[in-house]
Amino acid sequence: MVKPYLLTAREVVAAVRRGDFTAEECLHSFLDRTKTVEADLHAFITLKEDLALQRAREIDRKVRKGEALGRLVGVPVALKDIICTKDFPTTCGSRMLEGFTPPYNATVVDDLLKEDAIILGKTNMDEFAMGTSTETSYFGPTRNPWRLTHVPGGSSGGSAAATASKEAVVALGSDTGGSVRCPASFCSVVGLKPTYGLVSRYGLIAYANSLEQIGPLSRTVYDCALLLSVIAHHDPLDATSINLPPHTYTAFLDADVDGVKIGVPREFFGEGVDERVSQTIRTSIDRLEGLGAVCVACSLPTLKYSLPAYYLIAMSEASSNLARYDGVRYGYSVDYSTGDWNTVFSQNRRRGFGAEVRRRIMLGTYALSSGYYDMYYLKALKVRTLITMDFKKAFKTFDVLIGPTMPVLPFKIGEKIHDPLALYMCDILTVPQNLVGCPAISIPCGFVDGLPVGMQITAAPLREDLLLRAASAVEKSLDGKMDFEGEFT
Amino acid sequence: MFMSGAVKKISEKEVEHVAALARIDISEEDKKLFTKQFNTILEYFEILSELDTDAVAPFPPVSTLTTAFRADTVKPSLTRDEALKNASKTERGFFKAPKIV
Repeated sequence: MVKPYLLTAREVVAAVRRGDFTAEECLHSFLDRTKTVEADLHAFITLKEDLALQRAREIDRKVRKGEALGRLVGVPVALKDIICTKDFPTTCGSRMLEGFTPPYNATVVDDLLKEDAIILGKTNMDEFAMGTSTETSYFGPTRNPWRLTHVPGGSSGGSAAATASKEAVVALGSDTGGSVRCPASFCSVVGLKPTYGLVSRYGLIAYANSLEQIGPLSRTVYDCALLLSVIAHHDPLDATSINLPPHTYTAFLDADVDGVKIGVPREFFGEGVDERVSQTIRTSIDRLEGLGAVCVACSLPTLKYSLPAYYLIAMSEASSNLARYDGVRYGYSVDYSTGDWNTVFSQNRRRGFGAEVRRRIMLGTYALSSGYYDMYYLKALKVRTLITMDFKKAFKTFDVLIGPTMPVLPFKIGEKIHDPLALYMCDILTVPQNLVGCPAISIPCGFVDGLPVGMQITAAPLREDLLLRAASAVEKSLDGKMDFEGEFT
Repeated sequence: MFMSGAVKKISEKEVEHVAALARIDISEEDKKLFTKQFNTILEYFEILSELDTDAVAPFPPVSTLTTAFRADTVKPSLTRDEALKNASKTERGFFKAPKIV
């Protein structure tokens, strides 16, 4: 029998339906894999073997009784620890929420359970999703499965590392400024940030509401499309959820890219982008051209203003969102038998939050404070309008835009963590899509010195069909060359 | 709008004020470090002043959405025990907060 942990979600679903193996047998294969790699990798904050086994047995009972089975039957899924789960603690990678168990499930969690998926556990992340390397987690860093001395990217680093190393078949992450796409690129997996409003944010712990979306991580484009089909639907519990009929996104993958108009913005290959990364992406673009796509150079003149605009908006929203952590109703608290409200509140937040979270709350507070609001926050919102206009204009001519996901290769753990601005700069190519609200996907497209390079494809809002079609073409053109050969094989 | 050219540096005293506004207690060491880091970051943000935005409207985050209506019906919600289960301190079914006045 083939080892189930080597399979994709599509294959696991088919095998469990056919009865090739049971959901429990499949799960054991993943749990064994986890035992082999987790000590080196540290992809998870919480794993619950007993709960997963119990769930697998329930699914097997349904299979035996011949009941209707869900679209993810038997598939072990990893969830970023920012997504609320009533059966698992949800820490957000922070001391502030250590031991916190939400009283409800996020909408995406109920979606997965309804389709008979198995939740393996909760994955490591940068504290409150603020980071590009998963090093700001209170619970320690996750390592890159391709090279254990290097970062897996962030902030959904645990979800990407677990998927790449085959601890889980697929995972969910969240993407506020690249937090799904960055670790997907650094770990050589597929990672999608959907159109703003396509996936419910109910139960996603808020960092910057106007920017973030939950998105899938997987090893194949098909699995990405399958997971998106499950989580993309209208949800009355999220006021920004788009009310459109759901799609079966897997249906878009068969079309080829003949005649697809691809824009290649020169700013995606500009200052700060490693030439070796650019070269790898250009080779992939040539392959797409060979398949009949029409690739044309273009320009997004306001692109370089995305990063400061993004950080000002994200930090401002964070300063407001994270004001809820008072340590009283939930969360970390010092003993407050004595001491007044302000003193206790301020001490809880000094001790409960790590340095990067405190930095962003304070800079956001500054950007919104009297005398600076117009100069920083309002200015950033106006620049956001200009960037959106640039992208709209590009999408009048092009179906998709292509460039690198990350300007640099995965770097060493500890290399950049003491220089906040240097880490922010890693996000230059992933934040514009969050400002605009359009979908973007990172897809593996090669290696430089054994370190993964991801290609980013961006489409107009709600054009996930074009995105997945182009991604599928890239995947097919690299058939078999991207199989995991990291530190654990 | 943006003061072009002259970068507005943030002082240690201002960092202390912002920390107080954000209700985050701050050590002397962090005050020095954050002041240095904030100046580097704010200086970089200054490139936004290159763009003329006088005639530009601020981005509306949810411009495409229309108001949704629903029937005003009672649905399941959290029980008191569920709502209190993560609290630091409770008393007679209430959250117990530090002294306010």
